[in-house]
Amino acid sequence: MSFISNLLNGISLGSIYALIALGYTMVYGIAKMLNFAHGDIIMVGGYAAFITMTANWCPLWLSMVITVTVCTVLGVVIEKVAYKPLRSSPPLAVLITAIGVSYLLQNIALLTQTANPKTFTSIAAGAPPFLQVFSGKGAVFFQTNPYTEEGLKPSLTISMETFLAIVVSVAIMVALTLFINKTKAGRAMMACSEDRGAAQLMGINVNGTISLTFAIGSALAAVAAVLMCSAYPQISPYTGSMPGIKAFVAAVFGGIGSIPGAMIGGVLLGVIEILSKFYISSQLSDAIVFMVLIVVLIVRPTGIMGKKISEKV
Amino acid sequence: MALLEIKDLEVYYGAINALKGISFDVEQGEIIALIGANGAGKTTTLHTISGLIPAKHGSVKFNGKELTKTPAHKIVSMGMAHVPEGRRVFAQLSVLENLTLGAYTRKDKKEINDSLERVYERFPRLKERRTQAAGTLSGGEQQMLAMGRALMSKPSIILMDEPSMGLSPLYVNEIFDIICEINKSGTTVLLVEQNAKKALSIATRAYVLETGKITLSGDAHELMDNDEVKKAYLGE
Repeated sequence: MSFISNLLNGISLGSIYALIALGYTMVYGIAKMLNFAHGDIIMVGGYAAFITMTANWCPLWLSMVITVTVCTVLGVVIEKVAYKPLRSSPPLAVLITAIGVSYLLQNIALLTQTANPKTFTSIAAGAPPFLQVFSGKGAVFFQTNPYTEEGLKPSLTISMETFLAIVVSVAIMVALTLFINKTKAGRAMMACSEDRGAAQLMGINVNGTISLTFAIGSALAAVAAVLMCSAYPQISPYTGSMPGIKAFVAAVFGGIGSIPGAMIGGVLLGVIEILSKFYISSQLSDAIVFMVLIVVLIVRPTGIMGKKISEKV
Repeated sequence: MALLEIKDLEVYYGAINALKGISFDVEQGEIIALIGANGAGKTTTLHTISGLIPAKHGSVKFNGKELTKTPAHKIVSMGMAHVPEGRRVFAQLSVLENLTLGAYTRKDKKEINDSLERVYERFPRLKERRTQAAGTLSGGEQQMLAMGRALMSKPSIILMDEPSMGLSPLYVNEIFDIICEINKSGTTVLLVEQNAKKALSIATRAYVLETGKITLSGDAHELMDNDEVKKAYLGE
């Protein structure tokens, strides 16, 4: 039972990583840059959700809308102000700028929100667990303590947060895949990621497509922020950095630039992290995650779903 | 008024003066060949016309409209298509997806489908391979795809950059036949080629480009008999 519970928790955490990794991988694929400020957009999203959720006037749905809007606008503005002027500069200049933006966001948060971590109230607070399994009684869905009077304790509990993270992430990933493959704007993104110049010759507005990519990536980060802060209910100015790095690892793991790769990489990473935390060592789990990455990169340098380059000249 | 008028066009790559003030024009219905050695500025000229590189001085007028200040993605819908050097098809996407992207700026689904049928008629091999990833096609097929993709925007002029590069002689002949057909069906062609002999044989007029300057111009058949051209470009 504990294995199933760990596995589901791993998939849940992994789905959040996948949402963040999608932002990394899409921006890399289309703008050909590593946006190291992506993790800090999660942090900003976390604060936006925290501030609006603790305000009396703001219902939960509005708070979610505000969080997603704040992150989306922030992502697009960062691209326009910090990265766009460097479009034809060497990649290193863009990379350093991204790290600079990351510190800028962290320090603004330090200044306005202080370094003290705040306790985040889960969006599923008060909701019953998604699933409880009692020996001899079977599975019970969406009920709070159904057998307390008989003194029964559940042998397996899947929290609402775990369940929500998986369902929301899967829904978003399906929607994103459909968007990329079925819509004109999605095809334009694919075209830009392959050959920006040729895409322009098709009449595709490359700057517009890059903005759209940042908008989508940042909106996904906002969703990830809410899911993550609900499952791990704390927020500080550094909340975004570790998940940001993990998601970056997940994107590389899956093959950077590949959308299904980011999804698979994210989920795998979450599962490996939780299982190694439980079965090997909770201190070593991050080290194990990075070790697996190294092994994957030795065996398959382009990542799990990485593109094999087979071009004819 | 010429369909395309280039005047005193100057282009720099950093400090390098790639085009030193060239002027030429393309009339409706013509095939104009731009010939010259490697590094003469042929590709630069096409890239500047279609807005991929900014011009330092001079003007590019298409149907009377100035293009040098127009962003590249807006030029396609004005009726100009560009088949870039090295084909640059979207290798990961299918043949059909590549063709559909060619019609990116068009809205009418029915008209787009008509164009698709016409492209398939002209290039039956593309129809056979429509679900295949473009990167798996042979060089000649990729060239056909790049041309088909350009035709999908229903251009009044098509710029072609080295369409015969790296192709077997059999394919070269086929590609040049197709260029003639495209021209006969009403599309003006501006052709950049290193294969000067082939280019001059189908062109109406031609310009010779040398290190960023136009050094010779005139009727394509007359240029073929020009001693300098013969020596420098036709290997005779």
